[in-house]
Amino acid sequence: MTALSRETLVSSLLVVMLVAIPLAATMAGEPFYVTLATRIAILALAAVGLNIALGLGGLVSFGHAAFFGLGGYVAGIFATHAFNGEPLPFGFAATTSMPVIWLSAMALCGLVALPIGAISLRTSGVYFIMITLAFAQMIYYFAVSWPSYGGEDGLSIYVRNSFPGLNTAQPLPYFLLCLGVLIAGLVLFQLIKGSRFGTALEASRQNPTRLAAVGIAPFGIRLVAFVVSAMVTGLAGALFADLNRFVSPSMLSWHMSGELIVLIILGGKGRLFGPLAGAMVYVLFEYALGGITERWQFFLGLILLGVVLFARGGLLGLLAGKAHHG
Amino acid sequence: MRRILTASLLALSLTAAGVAQADPVKIGVITTLSGGGAGLGVDTRDALVLAFKKSGNTDVELVIEDDAQKPELAVQIAEKMIQSDKVDLMTGIIWSNLAMAVVPNTVAQDVIYLSPNAGPSVLAGANCHKNYFNVAYQNDNFHEAMGQYANQDYKKTFILAPNYPAGKDSLTGFKRYYKGELAGELYTQVGQTDYAAEIAQIRASGADSVFFFLPGGMGIAFMKQYAQSGVGLPVLGPSFSFSQDVLPAVGDAALGVKNSASWSKDLDNEANKEFVEAFQAEYGRLPSIYAAQSWDTANLILSALAKASVKDKDAFRAALKEADFKSVRGEFTFNANQHPIQNIYVREVVKEGDVLTNKIIGTAFEKHGDAYVGQCKM
Amino acid sequence: MSAALLIEQLLNGLQLGVMLFLIAAGLTLIFGVMGLINLAHGSLYMIGAFACAAVAAATGSFWLGLAASLAAAAAAGALMEVAIIRRLYERDHLDQVLATFALILILSEGTRWLFGSFPLYLDIPPLLQGAVPLPGGGQYQLYRLAIIGVGIVVAVGLYLLISRTRLGMRIRAGESDREMIAALGVDIRTLYTVVFALGAALAGLAGAMVGALQSVQVGMGEPALILAFVVIVIGGIGSIKGALVGAILVGVVDTMGRFLLPKLLALTMPVSQANLVGAALASMLIYIVMALILALRPRGLFAGQA
Repeated sequence: MTALSRETLVSSLLVVMLVAIPLAATMAGEPFYVTLATRIAILALAAVGLNIALGLGGLVSFGHAAFFGLGGYVAGIFATHAFNGEPLPFGFAATTSMPVIWLSAMALCGLVALPIGAISLRTSGVYFIMITLAFAQMIYYFAVSWPSYGGEDGLSIYVRNSFPGLNTAQPLPYFLLCLGVLIAGLVLFQLIKGSRFGTALEASRQNPTRLAAVGIAPFGIRLVAFVVSAMVTGLAGALFADLNRFVSPSMLSWHMSGELIVLIILGGKGRLFGPLAGAMVYVLFEYALGGITERWQFFLGLILLGVVLFARGGLLGLLAGKAHHG
Repeated sequence: MRRILTASLLALSLTAAGVAQADPVKIGVITTLSGGGAGLGVDTRDALVLAFKKSGNTDVELVIEDDAQKPELAVQIAEKMIQSDKVDLMTGIIWSNLAMAVVPNTVAQDVIYLSPNAGPSVLAGANCHKNYFNVAYQNDNFHEAMGQYANQDYKKTFILAPNYPAGKDSLTGFKRYYKGELAGELYTQVGQTDYAAEIAQIRASGADSVFFFLPGGMGIAFMKQYAQSGVGLPVLGPSFSFSQDVLPAVGDAALGVKNSASWSKDLDNEANKEFVEAFQAEYGRLPSIYAAQSWDTANLILSALAKASVKDKDAFRAALKEADFKSVRGEFTFNANQHPIQNIYVREVVKEGDVLTNKIIGTAFEKHGDAYVGQCKM
Repeated sequence: MSAALLIEQLLNGLQLGVMLFLIAAGLTLIFGVMGLINLAHGSLYMIGAFACAAVAAATGSFWLGLAASLAAAAAAGALMEVAIIRRLYERDHLDQVLATFALILILSEGTRWLFGSFPLYLDIPPLLQGAVPLPGGGQYQLYRLAIIGVGIVVAVGLYLLISRTRLGMRIRAGESDREMIAALGVDIRTLYTVVFALGAALAGLAGAMVGALQSVQVGMGEPALILAFVVIVIGGIGSIKGALVGAILVGVVDTMGRFLLPKLLALTMPVSQANLVGAALASMLIYIVMALILALRPRGLFAGQA
């Protein structure tokens, strides 16, 4: 069996598991596992977003929590204003309709990512890692100290936002909704990867000079990738806030940025299903270890270390052989 | 952890025969057991476990999990406890921001939550809930007490707190009762570790005293640097930076500081003596205020269990609301918003032998409620 | 606002800057020589503080504690390098980030395992207590002046080490051409272990010195780590001079921002609101400065050859 088809097999298995477990859990009357699967799907989507910049473009953003958190705050702010019957700032009408919230979250993240990307992309390597972190920290401290939306205490969403035709308050419909968005995100990733744009993006990572020689400026391509990547991660943030019915500055913290990177490397960088594999393993370990010992972070650290030292190419690399990218 | 505990409580149930009651009661405990804030969670957990063990009540099963001080993780654990473990009651959260993440959704799912420490104003006022009981304090209480106490001796106090909601509540609470002039008012950065710039401003302000609220490592850093700076003005604060869990780390710098709390280990009542002795015997250290509040939470639950089944929510809530237990804080009743009405004491940090601890020097408020009860429509 | 207060605040900013330099020096050294992003640097800082506090509590001597902090951090660093870090030099930055992120988790919980959940006590030594008078009527703490002194010694020491010694020559050679230096028969593996241990020892020293002013507790390394990264990125990664300038810039900007922003804003709005907004802006200020500098000079102020 070739490496490629083995990866396809492993990936399909992951998707089947992600769908089958919540369905079985619902039938067994254990709705919590649906919630856990929803968490996996959303974190995977956030990492898929980051993977566009990081996996394809080689842009190691250590500040994607900024977009994850901003998306979350859009969901929280819409819900709060709608709950209180107040209009949004600048006179927009508040709504609890998820499609509107998602578009708003993506639009906001795109708008914020544009200047951040334009400035950050002047740098490269470690400087890029650190300047994206700096921007995320700015937004983090702003959120902590801005009193209108709860500051450090965060913002509660008393009723989960709605989606036409679905009862989002129930775990299973909300899971299916998130799964649908995740699949859309994966399709987008694959489309980008297979497109001329994606080829240029990968070339900008591997050989920017040659790209420049054929008359394509890497800056523009990278900027577009960064903005799209931020928008997808922001969408995931909006879903995450609705899952927890809560958003707080901790979604904007550098720990969250670190976790998103961890998900990608854990699963396998640049691979379509890497973020899903990473999110699945990370969330399940966090859950299982947390139930066994209060020293769970120690063992989680050991496992992550083991993966990075001995499983190059992440878990998918381990299971499915060498990467076919790059 | 969870399994070990369940096992030990079960073993206990085998030995204590004859008190068999109808339904087992499952209590979910979410608290901070890892990272920098773990000390508070460890005290909370230890006191809770000990109180149930002492009681001999065999029907209580504790499900304990670590939230690592992360709101998102706390939410996930809460969902698991409600949906999967099917807990009857929940408690344990230390921090206001985690409480804000967990409590509204927990009580909305008709699970009763008892707060052993945090008391954000929102949950005391507009968003109070029949399923939410605060056994500790409303966040403003200790700061209000210090404002009240400052009126006795000081006319020009310099006040500072971190720039986040609990910090703003703190200074608001202090100012609500303080009648003197403010020498200055400062908001510091969350997680700040160097206070040289703030201390220089205090020195230059012409203040006659300093009030600060800086929980956790921030307070330890501030107190050490303040003492080293030789400014020497009297210091006032809520008990958080002078509690038994941090006093050893602050050291002699804390000596003589006046701080406010609803509890102190020298509080003269039977329940408190029993608690302090039991805690010291079991764990070999003095209990902190977090342990005291947690101990009270356990005994409140036990008192309600004796009167009503936890399955009958209305009866159980009514039983909780009576607060018919022997509090280590002396007299304790619930206000209309199910937050405490209690005395707030002023304590002074003293040395007993080699050990730094607190002794009560006065009472700032008797039977004190909170400022938000009027906004609670319950 | 008096001139004395302004001078004292400038000195506070300088002192905070030197403190940050102590933390950042090892980080920039390790990056400069090995090209490694070490997120676990903050954990080494924590190990230094814990070692100092534990030994000082057991022996009653801060100075023994200080020695212990150097030894413990250097040993932990050497161990980490040989067991783990060594495998990461050839990897890309991503793998380094993940591996050292994992090390943070392991070292934090490991430390809590050993020392318990409660913060430890560590005070400044009696010799350095008290204050010295400043011109203009103010006074300044001796211990904080000592930190400035140690920072200068470390800066000069590192400069001399790198520019004047054999080890320094090898380090410089290793920075510019690894194959060449290996071909010349220098044992590059040992060299890297030595450099990493040196960087770790500097982190441990900073942990002990700063720990006496702060709270010695698990998690203390993380804010320090982020600030240290800000410092070395502003200064230009790998440059000791850059780290020193970057640290002092960050220290002064942060201190003066906290001090002056609320006062400036109070000219245009009510005082209590100015305090809140000023504090919010002050907490963002160093990141704004960092973004500005990188936007203008994408490789920091003193870009190394790395």
